[in-house]
Amino acid sequence: MSTRIDRPDAAPRQRARRSLPLAYLVLLGLLGVMVVLSVLRTVTGAEDIDSSGTLSATLVAAVPIGLAGLGGLWSERAGVVNIGLEGMMILGTFGAGYFGYFYGAWQGVIGALALGALGGLIHAVATVGFGVDHIVSGVAINIIALGGTQYLAALSFSGVPGGGQTQSPTIDELPAITLTFLTDPLKTLEGKHLFLVSDLAALLGGLLSQLSVLTIIALALFVGTWFVLWRTSFGLRLRSCGESPVAAESLGVNVYRYKYVAVVISGALAGLAGGFLAIVASSNYRDGQTGGRGYIGLAAMIFGNWRPGGLLAGAGLFGYTDTVRLRSGGQSVHALLLLVAVLLLVMTVWQFRRAQRVGAGISLVIGVAAGVWYLLSSEVPGDFTGMTPYVTTLLVLALASQRLRMPAADGVPYRRGSAG
Amino acid sequence: MTPRSTRVALMVGAPVLALVAAFLITSIVLTVAGDPAVDVWTQILSVPQSRNVANIINSATVYYLSGLAVAIGFRMNLFNIGVDGQYRLAAFVAAYVAGEAWVPSYLNTVLAIVAAVMVGAAWAGIAGLLRVTRGVSEVISTIMLNAISTSLVAFLLRQAAVDVQGSNNIGTKPIPRGSWIPGISVGSGPGTEVYGFIVIAALLGIGYSVLLNRTRFGFDLRATGHSEPAAVASGISVRRMVLVSMLLSGAVAGTVGLPILFGDAHSYGVTFQSGLGFAGIAIALLGRNHPVGIALGALLFAYLDEQANPLQILLNVSPYIVKITQGTIVLTVVIAYEVVRRYGVRLEQRQVARALEVRGSDSAAKAPA
Repeated sequence: MSTRIDRPDAAPRQRARRSLPLAYLVLLGLLGVMVVLSVLRTVTGAEDIDSSGTLSATLVAAVPIGLAGLGGLWSERAGVVNIGLEGMMILGTFGAGYFGYFYGAWQGVIGALALGALGGLIHAVATVGFGVDHIVSGVAINIIALGGTQYLAALSFSGVPGGGQTQSPTIDELPAITLTFLTDPLKTLEGKHLFLVSDLAALLGGLLSQLSVLTIIALALFVGTWFVLWRTSFGLRLRSCGESPVAAESLGVNVYRYKYVAVVISGALAGLAGGFLAIVASSNYRDGQTGGRGYIGLAAMIFGNWRPGGLLAGAGLFGYTDTVRLRSGGQSVHALLLLVAVLLLVMTVWQFRRAQRVGAGISLVIGVAAGVWYLLSSEVPGDFTGMTPYVTTLLVLALASQRLRMPAADGVPYRRGSAG
Repeated sequence: MTPRSTRVALMVGAPVLALVAAFLITSIVLTVAGDPAVDVWTQILSVPQSRNVANIINSATVYYLSGLAVAIGFRMNLFNIGVDGQYRLAAFVAAYVAGEAWVPSYLNTVLAIVAAVMVGAAWAGIAGLLRVTRGVSEVISTIMLNAISTSLVAFLLRQAAVDVQGSNNIGTKPIPRGSWIPGISVGSGPGTEVYGFIVIAALLGIGYSVLLNRTRFGFDLRATGHSEPAAVASGISVRRMVLVSMLLSGAVAGTVGLPILFGDAHSYGVTFQSGLGFAGIAIALLGRNHPVGIALGALLFAYLDEQANPLQILLNVSPYIVKITQGTIVLTVVIAYEVVRRYGVRLEQRQVARALEVRGSDSAAKAPA
């Protein structure tokens, strides 16, 4: 009651925000991003920051990060922190490589799902069954998965034609869709370099060319996750285990079973993320292929405030920064410096008006530094472009983390019967 | 059995249980994969030669420092997963400083060590600052800082590099011979010297123990790790503790690469050993954050690594098999401690219940009289 008296407008505003359809929000956000990018392209002349090639590669880079984040979402919504995502992803890359090479591409997808789920099961047994600290178990799984796949890869692929100690031979491709009748005119339109129009054409063209079936499946999994977790009673019970397992148990929910299911699904999704890396993003299993994307997926999920829509935005952001460094990296990342500078200066004004002096000061210093760097150089050195996704993660978390709310019982070991 | 001896038996039993479980799981993996499990274990459990003993002690020294760095964070409930990035950046800076040799002889060594410690602390301090000012989880931020330090070291190395003779590698200027830390011989023949840095590592272990158990700071740190609300209630500034322990953890992490640098490599190049930070996490967990436990864990990991090395040549088995053993040990150790703890609690409850029962029947018998 008291909160209503204090803030009479809080509840209706919340409702109004909720009623906006998700798809509408996503489109609006995407349009905003494209406007910003086309302004940036026009100002800096860095054509590759939103070319169709870059955006198409962004999608390929974003899917594994998004899938790993989706795995994190399932597990953390049920109250289990999953830092083992990286390890489960590694298991997925090997599963895809082994089953993909010896049996076929779709079998590779199944193998990735299955091995990832196995990693999830180990995590579930340790954290739910034995009440082990979630991060400890996750770290252990990362070690086992890395060593295990290296051992198994040496065993399975050395001596096989095209394979070796650290990589599998080429896996067959999964079908990909290109809508040529649409992409060709879009390509022409993109070539005219018109403000915003060409950029939108590049976006559509990028998304519609070489669209792998697995990408479509991944997007469907996002929608499916949102529906299951937020629109079914199963999802409500699962999330209740992450918010207050004691309350859930007192209402007759079998907390252990829900946690087990959530963490195994989490592992399967992370495994699929690895499978996507092996089958779609490249064409074979390679040692070290994941390159910390499991952790970035986790960061994307945190950035997205433990919600699928926000996670999608986070995955897009990290996928983009991961891609842009490879596409005329020096020039493109240099252009992004300007964006960072402007964003941080806007942030400074905003924080200053909210009387957050210290925060405003920090934003101002970093913003001015980025601006000066932009003005005084014409390219960012190659080694620094490699840092882009990680620096972005840090910056984004530093700016956003205080507005985030994780599930209340996330990471807290729970024992059956503690409801008393 | 008295309750106390039961408890001691349980504490010893847990790691033994874990080792047996890891042994069994590794054997199952080997058998399923079609590798000769018996031969593999015969090689791994054979008595190491003195040259191998020196190698084991050397890598254990490095693992020990890494484990110690992680353990400082763990005692505070902080997960410093960034030891890897911290030590690589610190080792690079130390190599650069020592290579430039601005001051003579051992003064140069000391200067380089101080530089490494400060760089390690500063790099960990970023994560600490982000945690206390912006609430960013140190788990994520240190992982990102690891990746950033990889790029940063690559960039700095290219600026400071000189060509290494006889190869395509680049590295920092070699450290002058007068600033090397001499080895300590453990046997006769070549390759039987252990890093002199082991003395510093041992001193750090003692310092860690004293700091945690004999000082006000250590008490505050452990109190905060056990219960944050209780720590706040007794006037401990948690934010300050987080920052200071992150700095300390980073400072120790800064020393991880130094035994190799001053005892063996004498310059920082692209082939400098990486990944020691992640082993440190496992070893700190294995040693339960106790300085002696960490030393035992480090020796075990180094022993497994060294003994598995010839597997490829002798038996055509990938030495990565011990990574499975190592990871499994970490998991089984924590599970075993949990199982043993639960068993201990149940045992205690039963004893108390029995004691109460006896007294209850006594008083019941007395009542009518």
